[in-house]
Amino acid sequence: MFTKRRHFLRQIITLSSYTTGLIFSKVSLGNWLASDFSKQAIDATLKQQFGDQILLTTPKIKLKLPRVAENGSVVPITITSSIDNIDTVYIFAEKNPVPFIAKFSIAPELETFIGARFKMKETCDVIVVVHADGQYYQTRQRVKVTLGGCGG
Amino acid sequence: MAKRSSIKIRSKRFADHTLVRTLIAHPMETGLNKDKDTGELIPEHYIQSLTFSHNGKLMSECHLGFGISKNPFFSFKLKSAQAGDTVVISWQDNLGYSDTLEHHIQ
Repeated sequence: MFTKRRHFLRQIITLSSYTTGLIFSKVSLGNWLASDFSKQAIDATLKQQFGDQILLTTPKIKLKLPRVAENGSVVPITITSSIDNIDTVYIFAEKNPVPFIAKFSIAPELETFIGARFKMKETCDVIVVVHADGQYYQTRQRVKVTLGGCGG
Repeated sequence: MAKRSSIKIRSKRFADHTLVRTLIAHPMETGLNKDKDTGELIPEHYIQSLTFSHNGKLMSECHLGFGISKNPFFSFKLKSAQAGDTVVISWQDNLGYSDTLEHHIQ
């Protein structure tokens, strides 16, 4: 009886890993989830997105960000990376009310290059996480926001 | 043409890639700003998802929050594209509005 149950469990595990593999091989991100964009601290957001996965810090992700953003409502960012097989890119702003800015899926036919413009409430780190070959990599860069020219 | 599309797409071919840039006219309201005249909060209104496809094949899907700036701008690089290829960008926001634009690479 125990062997049967073990066999059954093993089958479930194989099946589920197979289906998750299928889902991740597609470009689609699935449904837009309001829970991704909830108002919470950055730690909670990262935990929600990546669970206990290790986010390796790497110099292979290059961010083009202004060191000082005069207007926090328009901060341009360009993300490039030399890591192969990147399928998803996440952008977070550490101290925004909603730290999750956006996530992008990337097809193999696209170069790892994303340009966007986002909002920042105050001076903080911008965190970019990429997913490639089952591993998460992160990099962060500080952006100083001087809103209306009265900031330090 | 009855109404101008909210999307603008520009593309430029380079030797090793094609740069596609898009600008979308959208307020991207966070729900935190107040109307200056009435003092009431302006309700949330932002693009939730954006898709970018090339010759009918999905290249990128984006999930966005209101952390993206007003009149969002995005750029992508296609590894290989020919003149005359079609690029389609479409978006959908939290109030159910959406728009799509087709562009032919020069």
